[in-house]
Amino acid sequence: MLDYITSYLRMDATPGQAGNIFWIVVYIFVVFGGVSLAVVAMNWLERKALAHFQVRLGPMRVGPHGLLQPIADAIKLFIKEDIIPAQADKFVFWLAPLIILCAAFTTLIVVPFGPTHAITDVNIGILFMLGVSSLSVLGIVMAGWASNSHYPLIGALRSSAQMVSYEVAMGMAVVSAILMTSLSGFGAFGIGGAEPGTGTLSMIGIVQAQQAQHVWFIFKFFPLGFVALAIFAVAMVAETNRAPFDLPEAESELTAGFHTEYSGLRWSLFMLGEYTAMIAVSSIAVTLWLGGWLRPFPNGLSGETWDLIFSLFPGLTFLFLAAACFYSTARMPKHPYFRIQTMGLGAFGAVLGLIGIVLFVPAVRDRIQDIYWFVAKVAVFMYLYIWYRATFPRYRFDQLMKVGWKVLLPMGIGVLIVTAAVGISPEMLALLRHGH
Amino acid sequence: MPDATKYLSHLELGQPDKTFLDSNELIINMGPQHPATHGVLRVILKLDGEKVLGTECVIGYLHRGVEKIAENRTYTMFNPYVDRMDYVAAVSNGLGYCQAVEKLLNVEAPPRANYIRVILTELNRLASHMLWLGTHALDIGAMTPLFYTFRDREEILKIFEKYCGARLTTHAFRIGGCLYETYEGFEKDVESFVRFVRPKIDEYEGLLTTNRIWLERTKGVGVISGGDCIALGVTGPVLRASGVKWDIRKAQPYANYPEFDFEIPTGQNGDTYDRYIVRMREMRQSLRIVEQAVNKIPEGPIMAKVPKIMKPPVGEIYHSIEAPKGELGYFIVSDGSTQPYRVRVRPPSFVNLQALDLMVRGQLVADVIAVIGTLDIVLGEVDR
Repeated sequence: MLDYITSYLRMDATPGQAGNIFWIVVYIFVVFGGVSLAVVAMNWLERKALAHFQVRLGPMRVGPHGLLQPIADAIKLFIKEDIIPAQADKFVFWLAPLIILCAAFTTLIVVPFGPTHAITDVNIGILFMLGVSSLSVLGIVMAGWASNSHYPLIGALRSSAQMVSYEVAMGMAVVSAILMTSLSGFGAFGIGGAEPGTGTLSMIGIVQAQQAQHVWFIFKFFPLGFVALAIFAVAMVAETNRAPFDLPEAESELTAGFHTEYSGLRWSLFMLGEYTAMIAVSSIAVTLWLGGWLRPFPNGLSGETWDLIFSLFPGLTFLFLAAACFYSTARMPKHPYFRIQTMGLGAFGAVLGLIGIVLFVPAVRDRIQDIYWFVAKVAVFMYLYIWYRATFPRYRFDQLMKVGWKVLLPMGIGVLIVTAAVGISPEMLALLRHGH
Repeated sequence: MPDATKYLSHLELGQPDKTFLDSNELIINMGPQHPATHGVLRVILKLDGEKVLGTECVIGYLHRGVEKIAENRTYTMFNPYVDRMDYVAAVSNGLGYCQAVEKLLNVEAPPRANYIRVILTELNRLASHMLWLGTHALDIGAMTPLFYTFRDREEILKIFEKYCGARLTTHAFRIGGCLYETYEGFEKDVESFVRFVRPKIDEYEGLLTTNRIWLERTKGVGVISGGDCIALGVTGPVLRASGVKWDIRKAQPYANYPEFDFEIPTGQNGDTYDRYIVRMREMRQSLRIVEQAVNKIPEGPIMAKVPKIMKPPVGEIYHSIEAPKGELGYFIVSDGSTQPYRVRVRPPSFVNLQALDLMVRGQLVADVIAVIGTLDIVLGEVDR
């Protein structure tokens, strides 16, 4: 038994590929738990960041700087009355949030946090992700239908139309990135190496292709990769129903859209599903264009020394967060009323600092930095989500469709064609020149 | 709950559907509890998918019988009640009422009182427009301007609070002038506010005026022609955005508006965007007026000679002012006693709301929200 468990540690593969049930279960718990925790953290961060965009403070009462607010919210949602409208289709009403949640979490199976840090690697990984994540539209339609009410129904119809249309543009952008894995070449600015392309749909394979070609696909065939990422970045906001494409839950029009009739725990499942989906699509973008777990500047700042410096980043980040906590602890009001909060904040800082110190241990450092860079890149996208929400008004439904079908889709097809043309042009030129 | 179809009889609804799924047409109730109807407005929408086939406004959820109350109060006692109609522009309401009664009594407020009145009324116009901008932007999905406008509106409310002790329903003016002399440093406060708020208006415009999504959401939405506006009695920024240069401050000047130099901004297209631009420019014009008034404010009495017990001569009077939302008129009939025989208020919100159906027919659900926002209605004034 112990051999079975330890044998995986000597392998250089994901637990899914190694077929080691024990580690698969461990990874599933770690990834799902970690993502749930990230959703909780995101909840707090979104409220705080949005508040600071809007010249207010956000949660400040529950715990220091409102750090315990998500926990308080969760408790509140758990103990709320579970309401199912009398006229609702009870089974479907019950099933809808579960479908959304399952769809969102299932995609995480193939997300590559590192070369071996994924639950499994599937040779059609990206297709799997897109396919499963679009299942959530089923949950939304079911929720809107089962509520047996007008606002949810309109919200569900909007949502299904929106998600289906934006998936097409999204798909085109994804295909152009996949194409890049099989195309070697330097592009207009000569970035990258001449490794022959492998051509893969595997999430890990795509990142490894970027590593082998010495170029993140955002820079490959510049500006084609960048345009593809831009298309994807817009489509993914629409896909996850977030501002400025949050029509299905447009508060000012449809009160809360498809989940108007939901409350308490079921409603929180929708939120969990939404935020998990945001993390999932952000990780697709990171994997396809931003080099996944690869550290920044692999070409410009290469060598042992730079590797060492970049491997210190995870620890430094946590130490920085710890320092921020300690600074805030010092700035807390001195009134006895705040004593517990001050102590809590200090303790939180101490925990963060301890994690930071552990991350400096070489054995931990080497294994953790893949995950760190991946999460950091995803976090950038999550921050963008908040930023959009604070800045943009909401699109109208017809305008949303127009953007999807008349702007993003032609651009996506164009990028795909041009990528293919640029990719095969050296070979075509050689063929013309030498005639063989 | 009353049957929704009853209100829609004039829309050629025919028989109601067996279930709403049997037909393309969907009747939904927007309000009275809805985040974007600015209070308790209930709009019954007849939809074909997302397209609006017709609307019917159901009002009266906030009816308090203000006009009837007036018949049982003396002229002075009724004064605070008018603040509760358009509660975001209470000062304007008070000004209209006080001036109407002054006309009836044939007294005139002293010059200094007029200056104070103009300053406070124009500040109130700014406050009202700021609240409109924030909520209108929020309806269209831009969350952030709301917090910016509320932050800056706070400064106006602080001036009100320092002047008369109240922030919202101020009861700042009395029949015959003002009760309170300006406080120490009033002029300085107002001047520093003007300096403070000018760049803030640029800030709002920076978020919205050239924002692509904002342009798409507002241009060509809820178009109403100048002719239709006049036919429906629509006034205020809505009328001016349709190209009609009608502002009672210029057309039938009251208080001492002729002494100030300001422009009347107008639009051409009569769409939501033009109304937005007109209101933004109006805010700047209000600042101009406030600036001039605070520089020229004379010394002197603030209260005219008004009898303690007011018994206006038998007769009737109609007096209207340019409230932030349009023409606010008071029609008062006096029977020579201490109480008005009848008070009729012509509230701009109520009249402007009639244009809703015309403006949203054939447009989309999201436009209904945009149009309700752009009409700038206050339900306290619609229902009275």
